[in-house]
Amino acid sequence: MPVNALVLHRADNVATAVRELPAGGEVAVTVDGATLAIMLLQAIPPGHKFALEDIAPGGDITKYGETIGQATAPIKRGEHVHLHNVAGLRGRGDRP
Amino acid sequence: MNFPGYRRRNGAVGTRNHVLVFPTVICAAFVAERISREVPGAVSVSHPHGCGHLGAERELVVRAMAGFCSHPNAAGVLLVGLGCELITPEVIAAALPAEGQRVETLSIQAAGGTTAAVAKGIELAEKLIKEAAAARREPVDLAELILGTNCGGSDTLSGLTANPALGAAADKIVAAGGTVILSETPELIGAEPVLARRAASEEVAQRIYEITAATEALAGKAGVDIRTAEPSPGNKEGGLTTLEEKSLGAVLKGGTTAVRQVVAYAEKPSQRGLVIMDSPAHDAVCNTGMIAAGAQVICFTTGRGTPLGAPLVPVIKVASNTAIYRRMKDDIDINAGEILAGKETIASVGERIFQEIIAVAGGRTTRAEALGHAEFAIPSLGLSV
Repeated sequence: MPVNALVLHRADNVATAVRELPAGGEVAVTVDGATLAIMLLQAIPPGHKFALEDIAPGGDITKYGETIGQATAPIKRGEHVHLHNVAGLRGRGDRP
Repeated sequence: MNFPGYRRRNGAVGTRNHVLVFPTVICAAFVAERISREVPGAVSVSHPHGCGHLGAERELVVRAMAGFCSHPNAAGVLLVGLGCELITPEVIAAALPAEGQRVETLSIQAAGGTTAAVAKGIELAEKLIKEAAAARREPVDLAELILGTNCGGSDTLSGLTANPALGAAADKIVAAGGTVILSETPELIGAEPVLARRAASEEVAQRIYEITAATEALAGKAGVDIRTAEPSPGNKEGGLTTLEEKSLGAVLKGGTTAVRQVVAYAEKPSQRGLVIMDSPAHDAVCNTGMIAAGAQVICFTTGRGTPLGAPLVPVIKVASNTAIYRRMKDDIDINAGEILAGKETIASVGERIFQEIIAVAGGRTTRAEALGHAEFAIPSLGLSV
């Protein structure tokens, strides 16, 4: 069956869409052998991420089992996770 | 685990049995190319270097050229120079290991110009080809294989399909006792803590931070802050959010084992296992550096498609998605996009890549080889007059 979204590590709290996924649709995501059903709150373009759980502001965004940034706003399960609600910890010119 | 390879006099193992016609200066590139065109089985490269290099740049160019020319995939080497250049065939010949392959030298000025040098060069190259024909493949332990890894023309799927699959294959090479080179220093920036955590010693961990800091400083001198310039606008449009995310996706291609050593550009590793080479991210520069460091097979992942190959060494290309695999089938060997169709897993594509690496090491022709790709490039430090 074609895959709609990928999660590479069991500690991840985001999945990456591998095709255009419509808002309001339920997506099956396999995490370490177990399948999660996520209701998408927004349309997710291919290559973009959505949350597998609610993430509080300042919470770590985890992909590949590693921290790729922190939430700058509350993020709900099924919400698009990108520049509008995430900041990198390394990728900023204003801190070391 | 074994593969059939060519054991050279100095013990080094080749995966191909070429004769290399190498110009040590741009002024000899035309003659070298003409010679190789006339001698079946000979390969040549073209580059703009060999004269005017100062200090550290001269050192780097000599190390890269000598490393490249000493590669065990060349049974013999014909070094072609002009006669008045900074880096003559004699300079490179002196930098080659004493017990390496057969070396001949040719000077265009001494030979009496283009026509005479080409005629003399054909004679020398034919002699080397005849000698090379005596070489036979013999079973060689996989522990003697050095795999170079690269990614270029990446897309957001590269970090989800092709790179982790190549990483799975890299882990198998290391488990068999072999060596894997992870390179492209700019793409390590943001992933240093992960690599440093896997460093085999405190010194290796420090070196990882040193090479990325030096690359950031170099970019800074040119007025670029990598931390804000990356991910690029195109990356962000494609879904990559932070520098960490981009770099973590890139370093997956080196696998998950301990980082044993950090080597300079074109420097041969003294350790087996996963090794990081400090190199620009420029695809051809990176490939040339890994070949000079001894890589006998290169595996290259791509999302948007690249035709790139390398001289002397086979390059296996892996597509991150089925669309680009179909569109550039001529150039690409393996499709990791099957993971997205649910037909394969990262582990199964990783196993396919691993088997392909062994087959290619043993002589199977890659797409880039069949097409005759032979891109060669050495980085410039801007220290030329």
